[in-house]
Amino acid sequence: MIDLTRKFDVLVIGGGNAALCAAISARREGASVLVLEAAPKFYRGGNTRHTRNMRCAHDAATGTLTGPYSEEEFFDDLIRITGGRTDEPLARHMIHESKDMLHWIAQQGIRFQPSLGGTLTLGRTNSFFLGGGRAMLNTLYQTAERLGVEVLYDAPVCDLDIADGIFLSATFIQDNNKIAVRGGALVAASGGFEANIGWLKQYWGEAAENFLIRGTPYNRGTVLKVLLDKGVQEIGDPTQCHAVAIDARAPKYDGGIITRLDCVVFGIVVNKHAVRFYDEGEDVWPKRYAIWGRLIAQQPNQIGYIIFDASALELFMPSLYPAISAGTIRELAARFSLDANVLEKTVSDFNAAVRPGTFNHTDLDDCRTEGLVPAKRHWARKIETPPFYAYPVRPGITFTYLGTRVNKQARMLMKSGTPSANMFAAGEIMAGNVLGQGYAAGIGMTIGSVFGRIAGREAAANARN
Amino acid sequence: MPATDMHTTAAHASAALKEADRLMVVCNSCRYCEGLCAVFPAMEMRRIFNDGDLNYLANLCHNCGACYFDCQFSPPHEFEVNVPRALAQVRAESYAAYAWPRALSGLFARNGLAISVIAALSVAAFVLCFVAYHDRSVLFDIHSGPGAFYRLMPHNAMALLFGAVFLYSFIAIAMGVRMFWRDIGEPMSILGAPTSLWQAMKDAGSLRYLDGGEAGCMNHDDRPTDTRKHFHHATFYGFLLCFAATVTATLYHFLLAREAPYPWYDIPVILGTIGGLGLVVGPIGLLAAKLWRDPDLQDGPRFGMDVAFLAMLFMTSLTGLLLLGLRSTPAMGTLLALHLGVVFALFLTLPYGKFVHGIYRFLALTRYAKESHGVHAGTNAPMPNG
Repeated sequence: MIDLTRKFDVLVIGGGNAALCAAISARREGASVLVLEAAPKFYRGGNTRHTRNMRCAHDAATGTLTGPYSEEEFFDDLIRITGGRTDEPLARHMIHESKDMLHWIAQQGIRFQPSLGGTLTLGRTNSFFLGGGRAMLNTLYQTAERLGVEVLYDAPVCDLDIADGIFLSATFIQDNNKIAVRGGALVAASGGFEANIGWLKQYWGEAAENFLIRGTPYNRGTVLKVLLDKGVQEIGDPTQCHAVAIDARAPKYDGGIITRLDCVVFGIVVNKHAVRFYDEGEDVWPKRYAIWGRLIAQQPNQIGYIIFDASALELFMPSLYPAISAGTIRELAARFSLDANVLEKTVSDFNAAVRPGTFNHTDLDDCRTEGLVPAKRHWARKIETPPFYAYPVRPGITFTYLGTRVNKQARMLMKSGTPSANMFAAGEIMAGNVLGQGYAAGIGMTIGSVFGRIAGREAAANARN
Repeated sequence: MPATDMHTTAAHASAALKEADRLMVVCNSCRYCEGLCAVFPAMEMRRIFNDGDLNYLANLCHNCGACYFDCQFSPPHEFEVNVPRALAQVRAESYAAYAWPRALSGLFARNGLAISVIAALSVAAFVLCFVAYHDRSVLFDIHSGPGAFYRLMPHNAMALLFGAVFLYSFIAIAMGVRMFWRDIGEPMSILGAPTSLWQAMKDAGSLRYLDGGEAGCMNHDDRPTDTRKHFHHATFYGFLLCFAATVTATLYHFLLAREAPYPWYDIPVILGTIGGLGLVVGPIGLLAAKLWRDPDLQDGPRFGMDVAFLAMLFMTSLTGLLLLGLRSTPAMGTLLALHLGVVFALFLTLPYGKFVHGIYRFLALTRYAKESHGVHAGTNAPMPNG
């Protein structure tokens, strides 16, 4: 039994990569550490469960990375994906620290492997965890527990006692009891609010009812809300979330990465009225996959259908759920109760607009439509070879951008602009400082590890003083 | 969509194969475990999983357990992904399916019982024959010097009997090999490809894939504390040393006309003693690991088959070592009957027990060596999500 009457040097709220890096880092500095994880043990770790790699700068190729990735290149990538919406000094600091992170995280027992099949584009920039995110988490927990970090599962924090920007205690619920536990410093690493449909509704209205949540149901943002209510400065667009188009048959929560569909560029996407609404071939998929969640969310009933023909079936990763097939477009429409006449017209209009070109799915090719609105600028090929296929898709919410403002020490800033005396944040809850918008593979884990390590170290130093 | 309604890619002969197909579809859309072993890269080369493909993948799996604890979709997640158990079930079914003659495949159904009965009958037969052919004094006399064993059973009778059972098992296993090789759809010529065979020998001999991709294997929980690799090495190499001891002794007998028992410093005794010790320690360690192992990883009904084989190996080495230690005492006659009875039963049941796992795994590794040669597993299709 953990003695909850004592005052811990550092209290970590959350149980993912950022939380565990903070806990390990604080413990290695000599602090006593308690981790409060809202989820049960199996579901521990928030979105880290579903990750598989992290993006760190490095000077040279390694056994698992195919080449160097300089700080400058990393920074350029960040500017590009965020459109410049980032705290530049903080971002540069994170990228600099990311270099050492590859070594530090390996010291905690994490193993890497070469990039996974089908992810060759990431083989130079991103370090893949052997066995994926849950394997990585398991190792972090083992290391933390070996070092003497205390961990409580099923312990959702519902309130914080904060006076004049100083953290005093956290209250969590266990077996219907409210238990307050004191800490010398707080590390909030409890993620965003993507699983809180009620909160999402504030910005999306009833449409949010049709969103699928890619992670666990435990990412409710309770701690984020308490912090913002108690005077911590907010950052990031509260209305935005990272959303991709995922299979509509996926479970409401925790379908993870395997419900994704990478075939938009190979066909057309229609809404429930069987009409197209956006250029499916705007850019290469890695640069565009993240806009399709929002696009689908803006369609009636938040549903879309990716339609393609037999020529495209094996051009993308095998899917979790099978594509629905039919011998004719009319039959395909019937499978989804779409208006068959409209769908036939949509497909025939599209086919008529397709110009001849040389198809190349690995690059921006010259297969495009002409005179069609919206146009399809690349990879436009006639949908004419039966059987015809369709996937129903819905918005799958990965994470939210709203967070707490921090400085380079991962120390939270209060609304007045003054740094908190003993409150730190790491991971998704403060990702908005670095990621004003957009996303690139592996950055979430970089933010979690780098700021988790900093937050743990600073919190330990703070608790001692 | 409930896990049980999820997608499969082909029609299957059994529920276990259907479940394995369902899981391969899940895993093929994830691929996080690609670095753990050979199963997942082999899976990535396929989109359709027929019975033969699944029997191949199942026999390629070393049941290290890493993928179960690394998986974000293992139970209690609704996708219920438990690859080690599903493949263990398919594997066990495949042993029975390849059994020759076909009529004996039922021996796999209640294998623990079957092996026990055969072993008991075999030991009883040797004891009875010794008693029937000699009077009590011979059985309980002290025999020593060259040919001591053969006063109880003539060497030629022994060689003939064990040669015959060895030959029978060899043929039965060869027939199984043929059926497996056909089932997975490989041309026989691959079995003659030296590079694939050599790679498979290295992979099997080092148990390369019983290590969770170098992180270590899981047994009781998510900590890679598994010691099965070491105990398996003790068992496997112990078995080989014992076999080498027997072969050496046979050569001594026929080529050099030197009769057993041999002095302690002679090659057959040294090989047999070291091997026998490995074959005592190994099976005990493997059995302990099995009892400690998370039941979720195991194919429960096959417990008897696994334990029976371990017990037979253990009894073989134990009786052999006892015979060595007590060969100059009146217990020698009884121990010889016991040892010969156990060894006879062991060889007779090789094609109908856990022993075949090594054969089919080696074949699966051979095929994997062939199909993975020079190929980076996977598809060129982009997977952008981080």
